[in-house]
Amino acid sequence: MSDLQTSWTGYLRADGRKGVRNLVLVIYTVECAQHVAHAIATDEEDTHVIGFPGCYDNAYAIRLMLALARHPNVGAVLAVGLGCEYIQPEKIADVVRASGRSAEWFFIQQQGGTTRSVNLGKQLVARMREQIRAETTRVPMTLADLTVGCECGGSDGTSGLAGNPSVGAFFDLLVDAGGRAIFEETVEMIGLREHLLARAASAEARQQLADAYDKAERYCKSVRQWSVSPGNFAGGLTTIEEKSLGAFAKSGSRAIQGVIRVAEAPRGPGLWVLDSVPDEHFMQFGYTNPNDTEGIMDLISAGSQIVLFVTGRGSVIGSPIAPLIKVTGNSATYRAMEEDMDFDAGRVLTGELTMAQAGRELAGLVARVAAGEPSKPERLNHREYFIMYKHQNTPALEAGCRA
Amino acid sequence: MFAFQNFLCAIPVLRLNSGVATAFQIHAADNVATLLEDGAESSVVQVVGAGSGEIRLSNAMPRGHKVALREIGAGEPVIKFGVRIGHALELIPRGAWVHLHNLASDYDARSGSLDLRSGAPTDTSSAYV
Repeated sequence: MSDLQTSWTGYLRADGRKGVRNLVLVIYTVECAQHVAHAIATDEEDTHVIGFPGCYDNAYAIRLMLALARHPNVGAVLAVGLGCEYIQPEKIADVVRASGRSAEWFFIQQQGGTTRSVNLGKQLVARMREQIRAETTRVPMTLADLTVGCECGGSDGTSGLAGNPSVGAFFDLLVDAGGRAIFEETVEMIGLREHLLARAASAEARQQLADAYDKAERYCKSVRQWSVSPGNFAGGLTTIEEKSLGAFAKSGSRAIQGVIRVAEAPRGPGLWVLDSVPDEHFMQFGYTNPNDTEGIMDLISAGSQIVLFVTGRGSVIGSPIAPLIKVTGNSATYRAMEEDMDFDAGRVLTGELTMAQAGRELAGLVARVAAGEPSKPERLNHREYFIMYKHQNTPALEAGCRA
Repeated sequence: MFAFQNFLCAIPVLRLNSGVATAFQIHAADNVATLLEDGAESSVVQVVGAGSGEIRLSNAMPRGHKVALREIGAGEPVIKFGVRIGHALELIPRGAWVHLHNLASDYDARSGSLDLRSGAPTDTSSAYV
């Protein structure tokens, strides 16, 4: 219980949100600028990279990057463009500055090529990092100040039995403490329409959940692809409904406040569903979650300062901006991949822990990572990211930086 | 709403039975349980979790797969997590392996054509030759 009263010191942003890291984010605006962006960040402390590969822009991708650029864990941004792409680094810098953060930008073509751009970028990063380290207000934080997302991937039979339910037990504690919990993968709720709607906190939330569910089912039917794969079947799962229940267990048991979209922060405390399914659009492009990293980016774009990733088989990924904490329900996976795994929820299956104890232990781990202890992926410098073309009806820009 | 509010408290502390395979029943209403270790044909497994007792496996089945806790009639719902996960395609005796051959999704028609052991698709085989 003492874990739940834990407080630590975080970083206060001008928009009122509190971060658990104090990072400089380098953003590239087209694949052609990717190498320079990574060369700038190489060997630089507290400097992470994201970027968009496409030359043609896309409102969804722009909003996603702007939400990440104004994330509570980010104190300053350097936007790097090649010089002929659609996405405008200057506009990114303008939006970031309007949020009260420092931002710089340049085009590689105007700097005279790779080496000059890397040298300039390193100077800008070093200056902004010094500034945010010196000037960012430190502030006490508790679980009530946290937004935590959860995603699962590389799942096995233990994910639904132990991994996801442990997160569900933690989410109940987080919500009860006044924090915000986000889960997604509406395509993995197929078959659970009535159960989902029964969890709605209000009539408005119920309508939002019904709309999101129905869109996910239409999407799956139209592409004839349900979120279940040969490995799931070989592992013993038989139907999409069964897999859905295992994934849904991460939601815990509290009422769902409503549905948010990618790049949109929860509108209040409590438990929220993130809808990352493409909206109907004449081009019909974009996949729901083409890989685990894409889903994790969505959760970070909603303001999650920390993301939990449940993986029974043992994924090795990490994430930029927000620390990723890896939970496995499979004790054998934990032992085999201990350098990558943060939490062994498999102890619930062997009787070492009750589910409630697992939830409390996980809350303690989240608080320690929030206080600055590096998670396993952070130790290994895993910072995978993925931003792609998709269409979603665009939320208001302010929705991404609401406190 | 019945399943998830009761879900977390439905899992008591388990005890490991050395040498005997265990099958984890998630919810009291379930008619299937999940094997935590591989089970040999005709072996007896211990039911743990929200259920108890022993059950004799009529087939060999790998860890992670489901065993029927009672007879399930053709067309009857298969229940796990306290929730319907599909329907029985044929009469499933107590102790039988429950998988793609006798349990169908109410949504996904394609899964019924997948290979029983590997889960690999069979309906796109012609695309590889």
